[in-house]
Order: sequence, then structure tokens, then C-alpha cells
Amino acid sequence: MARAVTTNRKMINTAVAWLIGLLIFFPILWTILTSFKTEAQAIADPPIFLFFDWTLENYSVVQERSDYMRFLWNSIFLAGGSTILGLIIAVPAAWSMAFVPSKRTKDILLWMLSTKMLPAVGVLYPIYLLFIQLGLLDSRIGLTIVLMLINLPIIVWMLYTYFKEIPGEILEAARMDGAGLKEELLYILTPMAIPGIASTMLLNFILAWNEAFWTLNLTAVNAAPLTAFIASYSSPEGLFFAKLSAASTMAIAPILILGWFSQKQLVRGLTFGAVK
Amino acid sequence: MATQQSRSAARIMMAPAVFLLLGWMLIPLCMTLFFSFKKYLPLRGDSMANGLEWVGFANYVRFVSSSSFWPSIQTTLIIVGGVLVITIVLGIALAILLDQPMWGQGVVRILVIAPFFVMPTVSALVWKNMFMDPVNGILAHLWKFFGAEPIQWLSQASLPSLVMIVSWQWLPFATLILLTAIQSLDSEQLEAAEMDGAPVHKRFFFIVLPHLARAITIVTLIQTIFLLAIFAEIFVTTGGAFGTKTLSYLIFQRVLESQNVGLGSAGGVYAIILANIVAIFLMRIVGKNLDA
Amino acid sequence: MGQITLKQVTKSFGNVEVIPSLDLEIGDGEFTVFVGPSGCGKSTLLRLIAGLEDISSGQILIDGQDATSVPPAKRGLAMVFQSYALYPHMSVRKNIAFPLRMAKLHKAEQDRRVEQAAAVLNLTDYLDRRPGQLSGGQRQRVAIGRAIVREPSAFLFDEPLSNLDAALRVGMRLEISELHERLKTTMIYVTHDQVEAMTMADKIVVLRAGNIEQVGSPLELYKNPRNQFVAGFIGSPKMNFIQGEEAAKYGAHTIGIRPEHIAVSETDGTWSGIVSVSEHLGSDTFFHIHDTGLADTITVRAGGEIGFRHGDRIHMTPREDVIHKFNENGLRFT
Repeated sequence: MARAVTTNRKMINTAVAWLIGLLIFFPILWTILTSFKTEAQAIADPPIFLFFDWTLENYSVVQERSDYMRFLWNSIFLAGGSTILGLIIAVPAAWSMAFVPSKRTKDILLWMLSTKMLPAVGVLYPIYLLFIQLGLLDSRIGLTIVLMLINLPIIVWMLYTYFKEIPGEILEAARMDGAGLKEELLYILTPMAIPGIASTMLLNFILAWNEAFWTLNLTAVNAAPLTAFIASYSSPEGLFFAKLSAASTMAIAPILILGWFSQKQLVRGLTFGAVK
Repeated sequence: MATQQSRSAARIMMAPAVFLLLGWMLIPLCMTLFFSFKKYLPLRGDSMANGLEWVGFANYVRFVSSSSFWPSIQTTLIIVGGVLVITIVLGIALAILLDQPMWGQGVVRILVIAPFFVMPTVSALVWKNMFMDPVNGILAHLWKFFGAEPIQWLSQASLPSLVMIVSWQWLPFATLILLTAIQSLDSEQLEAAEMDGAPVHKRFFFIVLPHLARAITIVTLIQTIFLLAIFAEIFVTTGGAFGTKTLSYLIFQRVLESQNVGLGSAGGVYAIILANIVAIFLMRIVGKNLDA
Repeated sequence: MGQITLKQVTKSFGNVEVIPSLDLEIGDGEFTVFVGPSGCGKSTLLRLIAGLEDISSGQILIDGQDATSVPPAKRGLAMVFQSYALYPHMSVRKNIAFPLRMAKLHKAEQDRRVEQAAAVLNLTDYLDRRPGQLSGGQRQRVAIGRAIVREPSAFLFDEPLSNLDAALRVGMRLEISELHERLKTTMIYVTHDQVEAMTMADKIVVLRAGNIEQVGSPLELYKNPRNQFVAGFIGSPKMNFIQGEEAAKYGAHTIGIRPEHIAVSETDGTWSGIVSVSEHLGSDTFFHIHDTGLADTITVRAGGEIGFRHGDRIHMTPREDVIHKFNENGLRFT
């Protein structure tokens, strides 16, 4: 039972927590605010916090100059594609590990986890070489597959922990009621697993969206997503804070919104079910 | 638990995931191992087709004896260690704070978690330019406001700056996991300790901290694995200059920038071994949890 | 029809033999209860009949047909699970209709049967709710409803009342018995509670470590337990067992006497001891008696008005005609 606290105590808690929360959030807030300033106001000394001339100019400049939409579309394609592909492969695997466990299930799960820990840089050149050989360099398909593979262990694990929570007796009941494997999947398992599948999708979409090793190293122009779009701003060119902010805001806004929905799943997904 | 039929169905359903990951792991791994024993400089005309010269452990020896090796290990340790200490200490403090009753708890939580969803290239660039720029950055303004000379963050204090950026990205993760762990602490346990006469700081050290031990271990291990592989933050801020070259970044440079594949691959094997040492501990904990 | 025959059925999990070779005949329309302590294999046996587990060897016949390798869905049996195993994402109506939907019955026929089952089980008002919004007893009824609509050849119950509170349990026990009277369908019911077994069964199967200890009607088991285990398991409070000198008087290794077969008196009797605890239920009183020189504790059941208290000396006289005699192997003889 939570204990009642004095209002005073609660007020202090609130003040301290909000102060720290805003401090941590400040870089994001500042980026968003700056994106609406003119370049001159963006570097004004002292900095202007709210009372500047709000403008959308930076957004149109960024879009014109670097074709934001193409990068955005690539990000959506890569994150979405790799998540869906991953789910198609992971759902049956996680299903069978959760409901028909064998002596080796645990070893297989841990082994899958271990592939996630392989340092990417250790296999960078072989993948690079294979991509050249297969003509996949700077292609969306190739990168989708790579992103799917690096997130597959997390997808399998998350689904596994969710499926584990569905009581086995319910599936047995379905079997007794005359449901075959197909009906079992279609009418019982899928509807019950949808919340878990949805959060798995969400988290993996975010992880794929933000992935910044393979997306930077295996793309040039055609397949480059927003991570590369932003990286192209790394060499400063005159006054560019406002434009950088606009570009950054556009790159993170979609995922910030999605991310807020997935806080709880984040813990489970990133700790492989070790903390719930 | 199951019948023969469902068992064979299960095996078939598991196969695609297992084979894909097996391929994803084994093929590049074998190639890296193979290259690490070869002289392979694509820019100087070496290629698979012409056959590569076998050099034994020469690459391994050269990688370790190069003048960049030990500094890169040091940099790696500073970044990983620094970020771990900062995120865990602040994470515990924040988790305890967020666990207290207050108004607008949900909103504060969202504010604190937000940095985790910012893509690494964005956070690195925003920090580099808008905060750490020695002329126009917020921090420069702040220093000037207090009458101090602004710091050349990314060249004079490059490592602390990187640690700061990366800590900002990972603090939400540590906080979130520690908060989840704190919330699972039975409040009756704390009340019992209070009845037994334990003051606040003793309740923290004897009850809260031991309860968090597992979560702290998990945060440490998972972050270590991700931090060892940190890339984009260095790529867009210093490009490996000013002593910010980590082991991963060094390998990246050897392979893609100077195109010495043999040498880079030997480095890659070292990195893989290093990551596996951490991974073994993490797997033990996760494995134990599977049995429970 | 619902006649089930097990022939030399065995089940092992890995190296662990849970059920050594077992033969059992369950007649059509019979209410059979599998009873035994936890871990005796009773649930496994039920799951083998259901087809949820493969048998390691032997044969299962349903209505004379070999069903050994028939999948659960095709055996024509319905099961009520301990956790009820309701589909949480479906309304009560859809839960009950699910087996009919799987059997591809007409929508109209499905509705008719669901309405009918709901009426029988007093669920009509709850048909559009989700299982999560129901009480334990109501969930139990939904699980039964889902079993009834299929018109199975036999019902299998796996400890269905163990999650209910005591009062509800008594009520549901009656409802299931009434259901059996009305449907006259074969029912196999697993429980660890011998009261459920005694009150509901036509035939009780007492299991221990995968072996059938005895099969018979409740009164048969009560009156003529085959061995000490059955004698101790059936009946509440438990039968008193006395060894040593007193047993030797009857030419037995151990003698057993039920608490209700001992008369008490303040003044005289065959045995005597000191009352340790007396439990007054109103209708009955149970005395737990120490220092008898016979066993650690002798339990006696007496009328509600008899008022011995802690520390009183009490005299006991057993009814000689219902003293059970057991040999060294625990087998009963006469």
C-alpha cells in the first residue's frame, strides 16, 4: 500500500522532478525551438528562448536542399520492412519455443541472444564484400535484411516472453474444442498475442529507425535513411543551426511520438525479459 | 507437455529463424577469421580472385603493436566506464525520485525517457553544434555569462564531452530499468525495516540497493555491449580525432578508411572476443531467469 | 455413448515413469472420479485420455474404437480445466460457441445451442460479457457450458473446483452432480479432495504413484478398503491406525478404526487418554486424544453436545465389527 504523504513533501518532489525532467529534455526542446528561428536568431547572444519570430522557412529549405522526403521514405521502408519481415520469421519460432519447449529451447534462445552481441565492426568487411558481390550495396532490400537480422534476436525474445504469458491450458482447451493448428493460431493465439506483437513491432521499428552503423556504412544515396541524412550535416557550413534543428526535428519527431507509447515494452525488450 | 505431432511442427517453425541467424553469424565470422590471417589490401591490388597471401598471426601482432592500439583500449575503457558510472548513479537517483508521489509523474517520466528515442546521429550533432560549439553553443553562452572562458569542448575535452553525450542518450535506459525494479520492491519490506528502526540511509543501503543489484548488473552488461560498439557518436563529432578513437572505431578505420582488411579483421577478432567475455556474464543472468 | 477403456497404458517423461502399466474400464454414463494425493498421476491420466499427452505404450479405446493416436479434437471428448482456460478475448457467447464454430455448425444452430446451455447454467444475462468481468463461479459455468454444447461422448474435469472458495465449491459440486443426472453422459473427474470424490462419484479410482490402488463405489471403498493407503485416504477425519500390542490382539500388524466408530465415555472404555484439542462443529465434535499408549493421536468423532475439554481424561470403546485389520504389507484381511 502506498502511504499518504504530506502535501509539502509532494510539492518538493514535484518541483525537483520537473526541474530535472526538463533539464534532461532540454536539448530536444531547444532543437525543436531553434528549428523555428531564423539563422541569425539561432545564434543570438544571449540566446532567445521563446520570443523570436517564429518561421517555417528552415523546414522548406531543408526539404528543398536535401530531399527530406526521400530519406524519410527510406527510413520508413527500412524500419517497417525489417520489422515486418522479422515478425514473419520470429512469430512461428517464438510460438514453438513458448508452447512446445524442448530441452534445447533454452540453449537456442541464449544462442540467438549471443548473435546480437557480435560486434558489428568485427564483421563489417565481410558483409560489405558480400553486399558488393550480391549487388546489394546501397539497396533498400539489402539493408532491410541486415536490419531484420540484427533485430531478429530481440524480436524472438520479446515475442517469446509475451507468448510465455499465455497459459498453455487455453491452447489445450482450443485443441479439445476441435481447433487444429491453423484455427489455434488464427482464433486463439493471434488475438491473444496481438498486444505483445504490437509492442514488439513498435520497439523494433524504433530500433531499426535509429540504427546508425549499418545504415551509415552500407548506403550512399539510394537507400540512405534519416540517420545518413543527418550525418550529412556533420561538416558545418556557415549559419546552419536552424536548418540543422529543422532537419533533426523532422528526423526524430515521428519516433519520439511512437517511443512514448512503448516505454513499458522498452524495458522488457532491451533486457531480454530479464526485467519486467 | 506436448504430443509428437506438435513437436515436429515446432521444429519446422523454428527452422527459418535458426538458419538465418546461423548464416548471419557464421558466414561473416568465418570470413573475418579468414581475412585476419591474410595480407589483404584491396587498394594495392590484392583480391580474392588473385589469391591472398597467408601471413599467419602477423596481423594480430601488428594490430596490438600499433601505436594506436593501447590508446584506443584506454579510450574505450574511459567511455564505457564513464558512461556506466554516470548512468547508473544518476539512474538510481532518478528512479528513486520518480518513484515518489508527485503531480504529473507520467509527464516527467516521458521527459526523462525522451533522449533514448533520439537517433544517435541527431543527438551527436545537436550536442556538437548547438551545445558544445565554442562560439555559439549554449554552454559557451553559459560560461561567458559566468565570466569564464568558453571551453573548446570536442577538441580540448573531447573524451568528457563524448562521455557526456553518450550518458545523456543512455541515462533514460538505466533510469527506466531501475525504476521498473524499484517499483517491484515490496513496500511492506521497507515498512518492516522502518518499524525495526532503520533510518532512511540504512534502508537505502540494506534494502533498496540489494534489491536493485540484479537490475544494476543487467544495465551494466547490456550497456557495455552497446557502448563497446558505439560508432555514430564518434563518426559525426570528432571522426576519431582528439583521442576519441575507440577499439571499434579503430577497426572501422583500418577496414574502410585505410582499406587494410587483414589488419582490421584481426582487430575485429579481438573485439569479438572482448564482447563475448561480457556476453557470457549477461547470458548467465538471463539464462537463470529463464528457469525461474 | 461414452465407454472408455485403457489397456496396459504407460507414460514416461524422459526416464521418469509416471504411470506404470495400467488397465481401467469406464462404463458409459458413469461418473468416475480419479482421486489421490498430488503427484499421483491422476491429472496425467486424464490428459492421456484427452489426447493432450501421447501415451508411451498401450492402448486407449473410446467406444471400442482405438483412439490411441487420434488427436484430441477428434476424440469427441470435452474438458473443463482447472484454470477454466476461457478465451479472454471472446465474449461468453463466443466462448461457448467456439467448439461449435470449429465443428462448422450453422450459425442458427450454434445460437440455439448456446442459448440453451446458457439457460441451463444461468448464464443468459452474462452472454455478452468477457470472462474477465465474471466471478470465479460464473467462469466455471462458462467452462462447463463450453463443454456441454459439443454434446461430447464424455466430459473430463481436471480439478475444476480447486480455485473456488469453500462455499461456492459445495454449490458447484451439486450443480455438476445434477448435470450428470440430467445428461447421463460419462464424466471423468480428477480431484485431490476425497470429499468431492465421495459425494459425486459412481465409481472412485484411487491412485498412488501412477498405480491404481483400488476401484469401487464410494461406500465400497469406505467399508472395504483394499489396503491401508485407501483406508487412510478415504473418510474424514482420517482413520486411526494402531500398531503393536493392541493390533497383535487382533492378530494383525496394524488395525484401523474410523473416528466415527469409537464411542466415548467419562467413566469407562477399552482405551483411555487425555483430550488435547476438541473441535466443536455444532453437529459433531472432534476430539484429538493424546497419551493413549496406542498412537500419537487418536481422533474421535462424537455428538455435538458432548463436552470434554482440553486436559480431560476420556475413555473410548471401538466398535469391534468395523475394526479393519492390515498385515505387514498394508493389505487388509479379514
